[in-house]
Amino acid sequence: MDYKLTFKDYDKALKKDVLLGLRCNDCGAYTCPPMMVCGDCASTNLEIVEMSGKGRIVTFTTCNIAAEGRENENPYTIVMVELEEGPWIMGNLVSMDPKKVTMEVIGKAVQVGHRVYPGDKYSPQPMARPAFCITG
Amino acid sequence: MRRVAVIGTGHSKFCFNSPKTSVEMLSEVAMDAIQEANLTPKDIQAVNVGNVLGDFEEGQGMIQSFFANDIGCFNVAASRFEGACASGSMAVRDAVMWVASGYYDIMLVGGVEKCTAMGTPLATRTFSMFGDAHYEFPAGFLFPAVFALLAHLYASKYRIPLETLKEQMAAVSIQSHEYAMKNSNAQIQKPITKEDVLKSFMVSTPIQLQDACPFSDGAAAVVIASEEVAKKLTTKPVYFAGIGQASSGKLSSQSKYLPRIYARELASQQSYQMAGMTPQDMDLCELHDCFSIAALIAAEGLGFFDFGKSGEAWLNGETRIGGKIPINISGGLKAKGHPIGATGVSQVIEVTRQLRGDMEEQGRQVEGAKNGIIDTLGGDGILVSMILTNQ
Ligand SMILES: [Zn+2]
Repeated sequence: MDYKLTFKDYDKALKKDVLLGLRCNDCGAYTCPPMMVCGDCASTNLEIVEMSGKGRIVTFTTCNIAAEGRENENPYTIVMVELEEGPWIMGNLVSMDPKKVTMEVIGKAVQVGHRVYPGDKYSPQPMARPAFCITG
Repeated sequence: MRRVAVIGTGHSKFCFNSPKTSVEMLSEVAMDAIQEANLTPKDIQAVNVGNVLGDFEEGQGMIQSFFANDIGCFNVAASRFEGACASGSMAVRDAVMWVASGYYDIMLVGGVEKCTAMGTPLATRTFSMFGDAHYEFPAGFLFPAVFALLAHLYASKYRIPLETLKEQMAAVSIQSHEYAMKNSNAQIQKPITKEDVLKSFMVSTPIQLQDACPFSDGAAAVVIASEEVAKKLTTKPVYFAGIGQASSGKLSSQSKYLPRIYARELASQQSYQMAGMTPQDMDLCELHDCFSIAALIAAEGLGFFDFGKSGEAWLNGETRIGGKIPINISGGLKAKGHPIGATGVSQVIEVTRQLRGDMEEQGRQVEGAKNGIIDTLGGDGILVSMILTNQ
């Protein structure tokens, strides 16, 4: 069985600020990032859809440490965002100084964009990562 | 299925920069376990090993085979288990099934890790491999970040002011350091105060250095056997009453349950059900406190406290000896140390020795303990739970 929405295709779209996901034709749930099956009901009856890219921050952390080779990114803020369509995805918050991010950001509306992680010897390809800006 | 018992234990001191190789560390504790069981290596029918990052630490893959040969268990079936920090527990659980089924009577299970050989930058990179490499690592996702995200979510979901939660988290570290002082195998043996925790380096908000376990080197091993064999070899067998294991997808995919870890609740329910026991039957617990907030989440998932309430329990001493449920009387991952492949085996040994009444000398015996549970978390979602009993 073919993989409907591969990382390669998801990544290519995100690099143009388009967030792709899957809608389940059986239960209506959205799965994003993509999987082989619906994350809710495990159906394979899925179609690729363009997500709105809008959501709300549900949690965050500002990191002062980084993996080998990524030290120049410190400090940076990771957020988990609940998308309008339901799924949560992980990305960075890029519209605020990481040092000033507090519990206040939880619940704030955000819009997705992207930044590129150049990759390292374990993950050679440059990979897009969701980068969120607070919109209100 | 047959009942299966722990009949021998061996545990190294956990440390920074061990001068020994992983095979040497593991061979030493394995021989201790075999001797304690009144056996010789020739009696071991198969070997399971938890080892996570040997490939990066020493350029050594397939350590289980070289290790088995090293101790004279020539040509036995030897298997390696990789489930990040739950690897040792997975190796034990699997061996229990092989003996319970009747296929083997006696098995050796070890766990070993030499994390500090990697140095902090590479260790941080390799530990991050236990998050999703494509959809989550690009955002800079690291291990402390998992529990940092969950800590803020915990505060938000249960409406606990962050300052209060931070004090509760500090209480976990303080208690673990206190008990580790009585554990001669512990890596860190010095007391810490609330101020020490709250003034330590901010790793990933709100997780500070003293909320986190160290990188560690160390090894642990147990010999397990069928009940029939166990009764011939030891007067104090400790039995596996229940075992459970479950897995999860990437952290964001667990959204419906977070900050609870659904896989933990499944794994522990499997254990309780198999044992015919409830959380109230447990006399002690060794749980996966890789970060202080992880301990709070684990204690709730195992059924000891209401959701959002375990921080108060730590502050009130309910998790100490004499409290409602003594937790991490070993010092936990925080102070005993966390050589990831060995941790699950170490937890099994800790509970076994408590149930044999071996801890009097160290001044940390849970008097009259009959049943204990261990909980191990790998990455952001392999969970293993095992209940041991001396009954
Ligand atoms: Zn569905």
